[in-house]
Amino acid sequence: MGSRPNKLVATGISKYFWMKGEPDPIPALTNVTLSIAEGEFVCIVGPSGCGKTTFLNIATGLLAPDAGRIEIAGKQIDGPGRDRATVFQQPRLLPWRTTLANVTYGMELQRKFDKSEIEDRAAHHIRLVGLAGFERHYPAELSGGMQQRVNLARALATDPEILLMDEPFAALDAQTREFMQAELLRIWSHAGKTVLFVTHQIDEAAFLSDRVIVFGTRPGRLKQEFAVPFERPRTLALKRRPDFLTLVDGIWALIEEEGTRAGLVRTAEATTGEARA
Amino acid sequence: MNADGQVSVIPADAGAAGAEPVRPTESFYQRNEGAIVGSLSVVFVLAIWQAAWSAGRIDPLFFSGPSAIFARLWDGLFGSGDILEHLAFSAQNFATGFSIAALVAIPLGIVLGWYRLPRLILDPFINGLYSTPRIVFVPLIVIWFGLGFASKAFIVFLSAFFPILLNAMAGVRTTDDELLGAARSFRATQWDLFRTVVLPSTVPFIIVGLRQGLAHGLIGVVVGEFFAGSKGIGYLVGQAGMMFKTDLLFACVVIVAGAGIGISAVLQRVEGYFQSWRPSSN
Repeated sequence: MGSRPNKLVATGISKYFWMKGEPDPIPALTNVTLSIAEGEFVCIVGPSGCGKTTFLNIATGLLAPDAGRIEIAGKQIDGPGRDRATVFQQPRLLPWRTTLANVTYGMELQRKFDKSEIEDRAAHHIRLVGLAGFERHYPAELSGGMQQRVNLARALATDPEILLMDEPFAALDAQTREFMQAELLRIWSHAGKTVLFVTHQIDEAAFLSDRVIVFGTRPGRLKQEFAVPFERPRTLALKRRPDFLTLVDGIWALIEEEGTRAGLVRTAEATTGEARA
Repeated sequence: MNADGQVSVIPADAGAAGAEPVRPTESFYQRNEGAIVGSLSVVFVLAIWQAAWSAGRIDPLFFSGPSAIFARLWDGLFGSGDILEHLAFSAQNFATGFSIAALVAIPLGIVLGWYRLPRLILDPFINGLYSTPRIVFVPLIVIWFGLGFASKAFIVFLSAFFPILLNAMAGVRTTDDELLGAARSFRATQWDLFRTVVLPSTVPFIIVGLRQGLAHGLIGVVVGEFFAGSKGIGYLVGQAGMMFKTDLLFACVVIVAGAGIGISAVLQRVEGYFQSWRPSSN
């Protein structure tokens, strides 16, 4: 991996949020430095409040960091760019546009392709995400999983240098989520994009990625990285392999420790101590 | 369960080859239940009313009957044409005032919904004027515009303006932030955001505003003519009342109600056109 050039380099990213009634800002992210190599699939996991979504919003360019900078393909970002595309947790499709028109939407806005290219790319990516035949359907006529496929196709079709994914399967039911994970790996193997994927699901992160970055909370920060050694292509059967479960357990232990420290998980002693007090 | 106490099951060959699935059909009644029940209820009330009128149980000085109202309406529109003349005047007042209100209020509402500072500047005036019954301005409007066409059109304008404006503003301001964020992530310009997100999501609000403005505008035209002038349906209602011509009075009521229902139905069609992406539900 060391031989491949870095696609995304984040240096010293910090972000604070001022809350009403709080005298001090909440440190959502403190001094996060990380890099993602070209073609690499990286997941960020962490307990809620660890700033993983904040980091993604900064990388998308919707949020400006208070300190630090992000370079993509060597260029520092300032706002949303043609070099990126984001897949959101909610599908965020325009309800009055059909599948086809939603997939072309990102390309129309980025103005990177001409009209005939947009049509070709839309058709190609609708097929790639398995929605051929649903071009003329409106979002309300699609299931949640299908809407997320449209969301993914809209982002992929813009041909981004890096694909940013913000818990895209979190709102789906457990079975659909598993199928979508396998689908994403299939699509990724065809599209060959660099991916930064944020999730709170450890098994999802371990299944999908080359590297799992664990964020800690209060303050939000980079805690530890795990290399994911499993060979590709991967199938859902991987999730039942002992070495997979060992890796997941290792990551989970770290997050549990982090959650306990932050008071998200409370020990029995803490509860009895409180009761006595 | 059947007589043997066994749970009845779907026969094994149901759905097998040969048993093509059939789309369940709705009867004529099921498809038109609302229209049928509504019409029957109207016919029922009219029948009782007409029976009482025919039996001479209604004093024509105080009330009228369906047949008399219909006869007066027919004569006024297609016979002597006396109502038609007033109707044409009112229609002209209404159409002018309502069109100008829509043409001004829709763009202004969108601008005020989108830009914060102009909204903050105009908000107190809009709220103040909206909360004031527009009728109190009638004498002033007569002073400004006289007793003729212009003052009536202006009253309609003033009546219809605020519902349209406020709904358009609300439509823009309730635009889904998530959709705006998604558009921004793809480098949408302000114009892109407006054109592809704000405007389409505001259309239903604008239609609602137009329908409310329509109702207010109809009140405006009748009230304006009622108080000042010598022409129009509102004037005719006043005259009919003073002279105990209850059949003429009710004929005018039917006309105003018909106009409201008619224009509202047209707007519903327009709304349907813009909402074709919504899954249909009754």
